[in-house]
Amino acid sequence: MSKNVFVFAEQRDGTLQKVGIELLGKASELAASLNQQVVAVLLGENVKEAAKDLIAYGASEVIVVDHPLLKEYVTEPYAKAVSAIVKAYEPEVMLFGATSIGRDLAPRVSARVHTGLTADCTGLAIEEGTNLLLMTRPAFGGNIMATIVCAEHRPQMATVRPGVMKALSRDDARKGTITEFDAKLTDADMNVKVLEVVKGSKHCADITEAKILVSGGRGVGAPEKFAMLRNLADALGGEVSSSRACVDAGWVERDRQVGQTGKTVRPKLYVACAISGAIQHLAGMEGSEYVVAINKNATAPVFEAADLGIVGDVNTILPKLTEAIKKYKAEKAK
Amino acid sequence: MDFTLPKEHLLLREMYRKFAENEVKPLAEEVDEEERFPVETVKKLARYGFLGIPFPKQYGGAGGDALAYTMAVEELSKVCGTTGVIVSAHTSLCCAPIYEYGTEEQKRKYLPKLCAGEWLGAFGLTEPNAGTDASGQQTRADVKGDHYVLNGSKIFITNAGYADVYIILAMTDKTKGTKGISAFIVEKTFEGFSVGKKERKMGIRGSSTCELIFNNCIVPKENMLGKEGKGFSIAMGTLDGGRIGIAAQALGIGEGAVDETIKYVKERKQFGKRIAQFQNTQFQLAEMHTRMEAARLLVYSAAMKKQSGEKYSKDAAMAKLFAAQAASEVTRQAVQLFGGYGYTREYPVERMMRDAKITEIYEGTNEVQRMVIAAALNVN
Amino acid sequence: MKIIVCMKQVPDTTEVKLDPVTNNLVREGLPSIINPDDKAGLEAALRIRESVGGTVTVVSMGPPQAEVALREALAMGADEAVLITDRAFGGADTWATSSTIAAALKKIGFDLIVAGRQAIDGDTAQVGPQIAEHLGLPQVSYVESVESVTNDSIVLRRQFEDRFHIIEVKLPCVITALSELAVPRYMSVSGVFDAYKKEVVRITFADLEGYLDKANIGLAGSPTRVKASFTKQPKGAGEKFEGSDEEAVRLIVSRLAEKFMI
Repeated sequence: MSKNVFVFAEQRDGTLQKVGIELLGKASELAASLNQQVVAVLLGENVKEAAKDLIAYGASEVIVVDHPLLKEYVTEPYAKAVSAIVKAYEPEVMLFGATSIGRDLAPRVSARVHTGLTADCTGLAIEEGTNLLLMTRPAFGGNIMATIVCAEHRPQMATVRPGVMKALSRDDARKGTITEFDAKLTDADMNVKVLEVVKGSKHCADITEAKILVSGGRGVGAPEKFAMLRNLADALGGEVSSSRACVDAGWVERDRQVGQTGKTVRPKLYVACAISGAIQHLAGMEGSEYVVAINKNATAPVFEAADLGIVGDVNTILPKLTEAIKKYKAEKAK
Repeated sequence: MDFTLPKEHLLLREMYRKFAENEVKPLAEEVDEEERFPVETVKKLARYGFLGIPFPKQYGGAGGDALAYTMAVEELSKVCGTTGVIVSAHTSLCCAPIYEYGTEEQKRKYLPKLCAGEWLGAFGLTEPNAGTDASGQQTRADVKGDHYVLNGSKIFITNAGYADVYIILAMTDKTKGTKGISAFIVEKTFEGFSVGKKERKMGIRGSSTCELIFNNCIVPKENMLGKEGKGFSIAMGTLDGGRIGIAAQALGIGEGAVDETIKYVKERKQFGKRIAQFQNTQFQLAEMHTRMEAARLLVYSAAMKKQSGEKYSKDAAMAKLFAAQAASEVTRQAVQLFGGYGYTREYPVERMMRDAKITEIYEGTNEVQRMVIAAALNVN
Repeated sequence: MKIIVCMKQVPDTTEVKLDPVTNNLVREGLPSIINPDDKAGLEAALRIRESVGGTVTVVSMGPPQAEVALREALAMGADEAVLITDRAFGGADTWATSSTIAAALKKIGFDLIVAGRQAIDGDTAQVGPQIAEHLGLPQVSYVESVESVTNDSIVLRRQFEDRFHIIEVKLPCVITALSELAVPRYMSVSGVFDAYKKEVVRITFADLEGYLDKANIGLAGSPTRVKASFTKQPKGAGEKFEGSDEEAVRLIVSRLAEKFMI
């Protein structure tokens, strides 16, 4: 009889990843609906200390596999360990972060234990009556949402997008057990050779690839003021782009130009700063998911293409916005 | 009558479009603005087989047909008229006469390099005093031992300066009129050959149009193309084929303008509506599209006749006449629908309008096409 | 080296439009393309073939229309094409799809299997790793470059959010390609004409007898089911705010937080 909601708690270099903490929050809610427990699965080398943190964030039990082969993420040792836990504990639900680790590991495990897997979920809920996990995810390039169920196979597995679920606040008074699990890993499980590990994220300067763009128009006023946009972009984790006017004026490199004669972009977030919104500019960014426009001129055409229009001066708003976003992120990370 | 394209051609069209969109379109504005020959594009065209489309693989061609070639010029011209004419002049005016009139030796020597794009081709017929009346050739070719010596000059030569091989028409016997004209394959490295002044043009500004100068230019006897005295008929035959290429260029330019206009009228708002919602816009576009579709049928039908070995001289003339006029008219309508923006270099339609005009002039003016068509109707 | 490239024909989701009245997806006229990650994988495979020799076989599972995508791959330079197609395979989720493809690959043989990381219509990134599991092969997913290759092993650069690994893996194995792995070449003109002279081999369920259990295919063999699907709420007319900078900043931050953009 399968039971409990399991969460794969991803760690990198011994540091728990936020997505795992977020999943514990969601798992607590699901487990409550099912009247079951939340179990975290923690794999790595010398990671036992972190197990206590997982309890503080909502796990009633943490299953730890501590092994030198699990130091860096490699598919087979991880898949073998997680599959062994699934076979031994028979979870009702098992959640992974939809990261480059979770999305490599979860499909391998699902194929091995013969169960379904739903990728990149943005919503999870327990269906009343059936007690099935309703897994909702975007499909078709984000144009439609689909709710998926896995009725006959267990565990019901899903990967979940980072940043979507809400973590519980840390509570060191929470109690839970820590169980060490022997996954019987051997050197033969290391079926690839990791020759080199290079840390550090890459910086993406291709505006067509950027998920977030902070874009400036002539109304920004002067080339040096683009530093404000850069700061905001850094705080948001995005890139700076621009309208043609600023490129022609030599304020911004040509490969950052959005619009008819520049590039077509479709980021998740497009912040149009002092861009009036000539149609040749709008043509290049109308596919953006969410558009925030800030412009002094209340009748600027850019407002017609904006989801959120702010009538105001970028010179005063941007620095405040940058600080507010940094503050928000710092608080969220706590 | 089957108007559906073969599967190969549908897939080819997709490939042409992607190539044109990604590799040609981004440079179109720049090559026009700077009057710059797009050398880098020619290399890419070569890599993907654009420079030998209708020729058999044994000569290094792509093993395609006249329709596949026509569609390539059309799709390239949709985004850049300059690129369209580079391919057209190379293929129709240099490779084609070598393939059709050359000896086996000449074909083996020139076609593989031309088709692979190692060499670019051009064609020289027009002279300062021999334009529409091409029979008035003044360039002379005199026999001297094992070679000919060419003297004279040619003007308005497309691809000049960048081409490595030129098909050149010259008088070998002035007393015989057009029957005294012969054709030669001239390499740019031949002694006495040089490229003169470059024209500054209204449209197709990225294409190189120059004068050629022959100053005691030494051409080996084995480089005569076809028999002595057959040059004029070779030139006329070559131009029949070339007209399909130019018709395809005109077709592409016009279709490109229609595409741009459709995009624009859906975005542009005036009087609180998108201008696509005005009936004038709708009617204009309906007419523009219809003209280009009619042109397309004439152009494809001429290409298919050529492919099947039928006589196609009149068909090529009709295709070029109609497509060139349609392109000129449609690009003009496009600029009108764009309004003030259309007149600026912010949008490509003004370039298309300038590019379209030449298709009514080169490789036989509209008037020459009418002469050809009328002659075929025995109306003279 | 026998290189297999797994490919999916997908609707070009960047061209998707919603019907303004019904808010339904307009599927008609949506162009079909080779999934971009798969195409990068094909390019990488063609380059591997150019460096160590061998053949490239493109394999796709889908309806008969998917043949066009395979012809395109042939026109880019693939040597052979296989279409796994049967009504019985319809409605498969990633588990059943990967079981079916794995069975077909067992039958046709392989040294290196290249798949795209994920398809733009489903974005699951599951089929590649699941094929590897069904075949009992090592996998390296999220490959952003091929560092070196010989006839019995390959060295790859594997991308993570915060690092990358240089991984050496012995053949046979499965790798999944990021679109940045290789910029795909275009079809060539002669390639297109040649592509239509070749045969696209069709594999049906009957051809996989002995390799594939009926219980593991199609909708019936799929552990997951789509229970409901709905289009996202259309964009609102957009809100406009005029007020103090502080209020404006608060509003932006709260909207971005709601949308999980920060």
